[in-house]
Amino acid sequence: MKGKIKYRIGKSGGFQLLTVILACSCVLPLIAILVYIIRAGITKINWSFLTNVEKPVGELGGGVIHALVGSMLIIFFASIIAIPIGILCGIFLSENKKSRLAYWCGLSVDILQGVPSIVIGIVAYIWMVKPFGYSAFSGSAALAVMMLPIIIRSTEETLKMLPDSLREAAFALGMPFHRVILKVIVPCGISGILSGVMLSVARIAGETAPLLFTAFGYQYLSTNMTKPMETLPHLIFKYAVTPYKDWQDLAWGASCILLLFVLILNILTKLITRKWKVQL
Amino acid sequence: MATPVNNELLTRPDNTSGRVISSSKLPDEVKGTKRVRRSHRQIRTENVFRRTLIIVGLTMVVLVLGILITLIVQSTPSIKSLGAAYLWGKTWDPVRDIYGALPFLVGTILTSFLALAISIPFSFAVAIFLGEYYPKGWFPDLLKNTVELIAAVPSVIYGFWGLAVLVPIVRSFESSIGVSSIGYGIFSSSLILAVMIIPYAASLGRSMIQMVPSNLKEGAYALGATRWEVIRSVILPYTKSGLFAGVLLSLGRALGETMAVTMVIGNTSFMPKNIFSTGNTMASVIANELPEADKTVYNSALIELGLVLFLVTVVINMIGKRVISRFTN
Repeated sequence: MKGKIKYRIGKSGGFQLLTVILACSCVLPLIAILVYIIRAGITKINWSFLTNVEKPVGELGGGVIHALVGSMLIIFFASIIAIPIGILCGIFLSENKKSRLAYWCGLSVDILQGVPSIVIGIVAYIWMVKPFGYSAFSGSAALAVMMLPIIIRSTEETLKMLPDSLREAAFALGMPFHRVILKVIVPCGISGILSGVMLSVARIAGETAPLLFTAFGYQYLSTNMTKPMETLPHLIFKYAVTPYKDWQDLAWGASCILLLFVLILNILTKLITRKWKVQL
Repeated sequence: MATPVNNELLTRPDNTSGRVISSSKLPDEVKGTKRVRRSHRQIRTENVFRRTLIIVGLTMVVLVLGILITLIVQSTPSIKSLGAAYLWGKTWDPVRDIYGALPFLVGTILTSFLALAISIPFSFAVAIFLGEYYPKGWFPDLLKNTVELIAAVPSVIYGFWGLAVLVPIVRSFESSIGVSSIGYGIFSSSLILAVMIIPYAASLGRSMIQMVPSNLKEGAYALGATRWEVIRSVILPYTKSGLFAGVLLSLGRALGETMAVTMVIGNTSFMPKNIFSTGNTMASVIANELPEADKTVYNSALIELGLVLFLVTVVINMIGKRVISRFTN
């Protein structure tokens, strides 16, 4: 009898230990990746890396300025498209919980959230690249579609959590609907909305698949949104699979920049949500 | 106000709370004063705002329908000329105009399910660790945030790391167990995918486990159950459907993941012989070949793969979401 109890307690402790070990070992790959990428990448980053465009194999001093500028432009235009639509749609969903359109809209957002990025790339290719050719703008459009569900859901969840009394008090003062939303509800939930926007930017900053057949890649510095453009993730993909050390070094440096950017954005978002006690 | 307010602007969308007042109902003497003019402008703005919201909501529905219709329309050439045989044809040879998608379907299923099998013990361990054993404290907090960061790392970086670090390790492992040692292939991509999908099942599982009512657990403890027995016979059965939904969401991620897989799977369009051979998934073959697919049937065969991928992930995600919402209500 006593032996049986001991066995059960031992089994319980054993499983607890196993859980702790398995749970903690999940962190190892992330740490391995972080350490490896930063160690391999940080030594490649210098002034000429940040100010030059890529060079042919064998020539020293290639850089990634074209990809940096391209990524920034494409993300900027994607944000311009996605942020207003996303926030408005989030407001729509939180204000109309019962209507039929809101049900279908919510369902669409759910679907969009699960669509693989490559499929969004295909659709952007069909809609914008087949008629007009490869362009940075088509890349922005594809990335904007990927940003939408994140912004919409975070806006909706944040606004739904605000107490109804806030809204009712504003209405009781005789404020019209749009001013209640824009001057009372949105400012109260701005931290949640902001963190959703930052999360979505962090997500698309590293997205490569939709850019393969939209922004396409380009060797020179270009700011023309109607022409192909290089981006950081695409440059990493292009050079990671080449056998030349010069180009792989460029890819390591670019990976380091991209990884740090994405991680800092994520950690900032975490801090904001903690400070303002937002739940996402 | 001199001009009558446009009637159309005053028709109420079915969701308004009925605060829009028609100008004809206002007493004559207040019409035309400054105050009323301002409130008219506000009513108009309010209606414009409501209308904008509805249009934006409609846009999302139209966008998703548009994606579906575009994929269907663009893949009709291949559906017409290849028929259903496309899905179980074993040969993919665009040069000779033979299109069979079976190698990619098999590749996708093998990588995703292998990745799922590897990642489930880890993600469930994280979920139990954070949900039951140590719900509070700085270390669990750190672990939770770190696991969530796993999902934040761009997939192209996973792919690059896999190329530089994991592929050589897998190569030496393969040569030590005596199979063809290339390093690239389904096994390597499953390993990378397994790491990438841990957070999805883990964070959902954690929130589900935290929702288990404490009187159930206390009842089991009062009967003399050990901690592990409580987990196995109370918590896991109670959260079964929630954990299943988490696994489904992970699977949806794994099926559609493109870049990391493309970089380490080896990209060969033959039937994979075993889990160590090279292959291609649906997503990776699209990424590799779509920009070069100039023939109509070739192009639309690739788009049809995208359509299959879209439908499969939509169904999986919908089931997952349905299970979650049933569980939380």
